[in-house]
Amino acid sequence: MTSRIPNIFNKNKSKNKKTFISYLVCGDPSKDITLSAMHTMSKSGVDIIELGIPFTDPIADGPTIQKSIDRSLKNNTSLRDVISVVKEFRKDNNDTAVVLMGYMNPVHKMGIDKFAKQINDTGVDGVLIVDSPPEESVMLNKYLTKYKKSHIYLASPTTTDQRMKNISKMSSGYVYYVTIKGITGSQLSNVSSIRKNVNKIKKYSNNNLPVAVGFGIKDSSSAQKMAAFSDGIIIGSSIVELIHKYSNNEKKMNSKLSTYISSISNVI
Amino acid sequence: MKRKINLKNYPSKSGHFDAFGGVYVSETLIHPLRELFSAYKKYATSASFKKTLNSQLKDYVGRPTPIYYAESLSKQLGSSHIYLKREDLNHTGAHKINNALGQALLAKKMGKTRIIAETGAGQHGVATATACARLNLKCVVYMGEEDINRQSVNVYRMKLLGAEVVSVNSGTKTLKDALNEALRDWVTNVDDTHYIIGSVAGPHPYPMIVRDFQSVIGYEARNQFKKEYKCLPDYLVACVGGGSNAIGLFHPFLNDKVKIVGVEAGGSGIKSGKHAAPLSAGSPGVLHGNRTYIMEDENGQIKNTHSISAGLDYPGVGPEHSWLKDLKRVEYTAVTDDEALDAFFTLTQNEGIIPALETAHALAYAFQLAKKLKNKKILLNLSGRGDKDIDTIAKLKNIKL
Ligand SMILES: Cc1ncc(COP(=O)(O)O)c(C=O)c1O
Repeated sequence: MTSRIPNIFNKNKSKNKKTFISYLVCGDPSKDITLSAMHTMSKSGVDIIELGIPFTDPIADGPTIQKSIDRSLKNNTSLRDVISVVKEFRKDNNDTAVVLMGYMNPVHKMGIDKFAKQINDTGVDGVLIVDSPPEESVMLNKYLTKYKKSHIYLASPTTTDQRMKNISKMSSGYVYYVTIKGITGSQLSNVSSIRKNVNKIKKYSNNNLPVAVGFGIKDSSSAQKMAAFSDGIIIGSSIVELIHKYSNNEKKMNSKLSTYISSISNVI
Repeated sequence: MKRKINLKNYPSKSGHFDAFGGVYVSETLIHPLRELFSAYKKYATSASFKKTLNSQLKDYVGRPTPIYYAESLSKQLGSSHIYLKREDLNHTGAHKINNALGQALLAKKMGKTRIIAETGAGQHGVATATACARLNLKCVVYMGEEDINRQSVNVYRMKLLGAEVVSVNSGTKTLKDALNEALRDWVTNVDDTHYIIGSVAGPHPYPMIVRDFQSVIGYEARNQFKKEYKCLPDYLVACVGGGSNAIGLFHPFLNDKVKIVGVEAGGSGIKSGKHAAPLSAGSPGVLHGNRTYIMEDENGQIKNTHSISAGLDYPGVGPEHSWLKDLKRVEYTAVTDDEALDAFFTLTQNEGIIPALETAHALAYAFQLAKKLKNKKILLNLSGRGDKDIDTIAKLKNIKL
């Protein structure tokens, strides 16, 4: 099935709303809780869920997400499990987009062709492989294009103009603009330069490709600030932290998560 | 091997050794890596840079290192001859300084003021801390908690040299995780920081840069051997952790008619699964910015490694080695902890040279080779001295120092 992502951005745009993207690590504390959190998030205003594929060596992640990945790996959560969670999710949800996000090696091990086919069969909408820039993902790009899935690439404060042009050409769904030089869970800074770069990427794609911003967005005020000039915002570490905090009480976790997601959804 | 390798073609412009290598990093690091590549091409190949580096390698590091013929030991083993390229005689006691000094000089040229490094055995950490002390650069070294415990002397050396040693307690608490942490630091501090990676691993251009700086070993050895013995050795042997001392010796000989063997850490034995031998028992995958042979499980998670030697305790290997393996230009094998320990004592007691435990792996294989072969010349890279391992050895022997 074709990626839901372009429609989601279009619909939100026509309603003058920004797209809300959330990240969580699949399998922390368990696959069931992940599934339950995904449903809660989509009911409370999340449009796109980035579902993290655990990997032993997450070099782009800060301590919060590293620890979450470690907990998930203690449960032996595999890429196959992540795909199976999406399959479950799709039984009750056909609207919220799901992007698988992670590192190259688990995908490489499964085989890129097999991976692409499996995500197509289960209703995944897009893929973001953090350590696989355009130069190293020609094969993956070919397969994702074949199945009409979104291939999301990162752009960052160190990305040169020439690369931004290339990235906006290669990406589909959205471009994920990383607000800072650093790892997940860092502090947000230098809003004006973020705005400048977001506008640049939009210009390079002739406004055809949405730009979402992530890293360092924690609450409604930072979300609102970033949503002012972007097409969407991404929140990861704070959600991961919240799920962990209430991991032994599913009901409470869902209610806290719902409150948190709504507080952000309402202001963007 | 029919096809002659054209060394100049590898890595390719994109950093590949055919199917291996590459730049598997998050977007933020792409530009710094390209800047590093440009700076390397601009400075490191210039005559003035080479002159500075060579004079420091001579007067500060103590190069050229000699080739020592281990005559009495050779005679005990049979009719073959073992020659030792004495990288242990370098300042700081291992080959690591060749790279650390080269990269520190490069960093200085690039205007960087802060250096970070990862270390396993602590030899690369010490070498980097040394180069930084000499060049007045701030130095932070990431080291796994487990390695800090088993290489405490080197930790203290680094601190004496003014480096900050950061204990890494994520993941397996060894070299692999120290590398992760160094990459995270770099992505956060790219503006003023240069990352001196300690082996031929990591994303392009690191495998190339480190190889080039370490190739001084092989160029020297090739000239020395030809001059002294009027021939080339029949065999080259070196231990392989990330693979920098090995590639440093091997690379200048790749087009020669010389058999080449890299020796990995077999730990408790390949069959036990407790080892650090990705080339002998792993599969191609993506780790630390490049595609190479790695140790992974059926889901693509990186496996825990085991080796008595901290410097070989790594689940990946430099991509050029993976390429040389598949080309069948270099043969890779592994020896166990016990075999390495035996070789450690053999060299110490027969030649009066205490080798590093990493190096002892190469020695163990070279001794086996010498017993088996008739009249062959075996040149071994004696990558480092064993002072740092005295604690580990004493503990194994139940001796309190
Ligand atoms: C003496 C010595 N030899 C070998 C190694 C392994 O590294 P490489 O394979 O990069 O030479 C180390 C690493 O710490 C070392 O200290």
